[in-house]
Amino acid sequence: MASVIPDERAVTRDEALGPGSPVVVFDKVSLSFDEKVILKSVSFTLIKGHTKIILGGSGAGKSTILKLILGLWKPDGGVIWVNGERVDQMSELDLMKVRADLGMVFQEGALFDSLTVRENVGYKLYEETDQPLEEVHRRVEEVLGFIGLAEHIDKMPSELSGGQRRRVAIARAMAAKPQILLYDEPTTGLDPITATTVDDEIIKLRDLENATSIVVTHQLRDAFYMATHAASRNNGRITIQPASAKKCDEAEFIMLCDGLVVFEGNAEELRHADDKYLKTFLS
Amino acid sequence: MLSVFNNWLKIAALEVQEYVRLLNALMRAGVSRPFYYHDAVEQLEVIGVGSLTVVLLTGFFTGAVLALQSGQTLDQFGARPFVGRLVSASMVKELGPVLTALMLAGRVGSGIAAELGSMVVTDQINALRALGTDPVRKLVLPRVLAGLVMAPILTVIADFVGMMGGGVIAVTQLQVGWSVYRTSILDGLYLQDAWMGIIKPFVLGFVIVTIGCHVGLRTSGGTQGVGRSTTQAVVAASVAVLAVDFFLTRLLFSVLY
Repeated sequence: MASVIPDERAVTRDEALGPGSPVVVFDKVSLSFDEKVILKSVSFTLIKGHTKIILGGSGAGKSTILKLILGLWKPDGGVIWVNGERVDQMSELDLMKVRADLGMVFQEGALFDSLTVRENVGYKLYEETDQPLEEVHRRVEEVLGFIGLAEHIDKMPSELSGGQRRRVAIARAMAAKPQILLYDEPTTGLDPITATTVDDEIIKLRDLENATSIVVTHQLRDAFYMATHAASRNNGRITIQPASAKKCDEAEFIMLCDGLVVFEGNAEELRHADDKYLKTFLS
Repeated sequence: MLSVFNNWLKIAALEVQEYVRLLNALMRAGVSRPFYYHDAVEQLEVIGVGSLTVVLLTGFFTGAVLALQSGQTLDQFGARPFVGRLVSASMVKELGPVLTALMLAGRVGSGIAAELGSMVVTDQINALRALGTDPVRKLVLPRVLAGLVMAPILTVIADFVGMMGGGVIAVTQLQVGWSVYRTSILDGLYLQDAWMGIIKPFVLGFVIVTIGCHVGLRTSGGTQGVGRSTTQAVVAASVAVLAVDFFLTRLLFSVLY
């Protein structure tokens, strides 16, 4: 439903915890640093298997939402549920368990520059699990093969191009098979062709690995591409093609402006929105 | 003027609060799993072996210049043969621990602050947390353990090399026999001195590394911020070394002697 979001919105605990439930719920979340207000009463719900694309200008609070989901920052007010766990008041120790089901692709990748691509991608499995090394190696090779960077496995991050670094960051985020993947400006600073390869990886993960995704971006071209395309596998070959109307509805847009959600709806509704700010942003 | 002072006070209080929080997290990390063994071993090499050259040079030349300077003064009292006693006591109790600590503050403290600061500004610390790793366990604890182990070892090496440096000067410049110098060294040292020479670097190593980690993890403001943190770490650790050394000396005098 395309509309300017009303201020009041309640999400019950049952809604957050029930079967087939939303995997991420923001309920009137607010955050400010000193005098600067970042988020004012932000509410939204992300359903399992769906994609939430968060748009907005620089400093609108888009990346902040991802950091709040991960528990890297704490909100001043409101409630945040992730996979049925309330994370806004959780201790760092308990958050580690919640983060096991989350994968994050940071802006610029945030790869560990002293580790090889193999060690970066397998970091979580090597360091934080008791999986046998053989299994971890196999998973790392599988993931790098999935994103088409298998030949770069022993390189250092500094030897990769910008696009390759983003894709390795995606591989690192997906290696431990998290249910939810968070992308912070995954295509910013990339040329359109490289950006499309990154978009394709996000689509493939969503449709073939059933990952629920939140994508923060201000790149409209990439946002609409992700929302309106789907991946399928035929005889082992992966293809990306325009998505069905039902699939398009599963990609929901959120527009942030001055710390508020000013729009929530699908790609088609966003294109036809009457709001002046939205029109300016889309033009 | 008052508001500037108030602001400074607030910032200082915040830094102390965050430092204490880091120490608290460090203690918790120290008594629970997981423990990253290979990071600890790697840091032993980085902090210990990596600092060996600078510590050897510092120790040797300090001992040598100490012998040279004190030789002249001792001559006035006809006490030149006691130069070894003066070199050994000064090196073991004071100069060895403090100068080694200052070298470590410059080399290790700055390195840690720069490395962790770079990780902060490039989101690598957040990436670690997002991947389920506690940065205190992974980055701080191994460095602190390496500092605790390697600072006393490096100090003992600096003490020994300093006494050797003093010996070279005593024999070649002051015409004191090697056996006289050696006997003088042994006469001038007591068990309490050795304890003081070991306890001090243990504490100073902890101070240097924790300050480096604290400053590094508090970095903000991009690459400029990393540079600022590196400078701050060296300055803060160096001042802390001298201040802690003073209070520790007073404490150890009252406990050991």
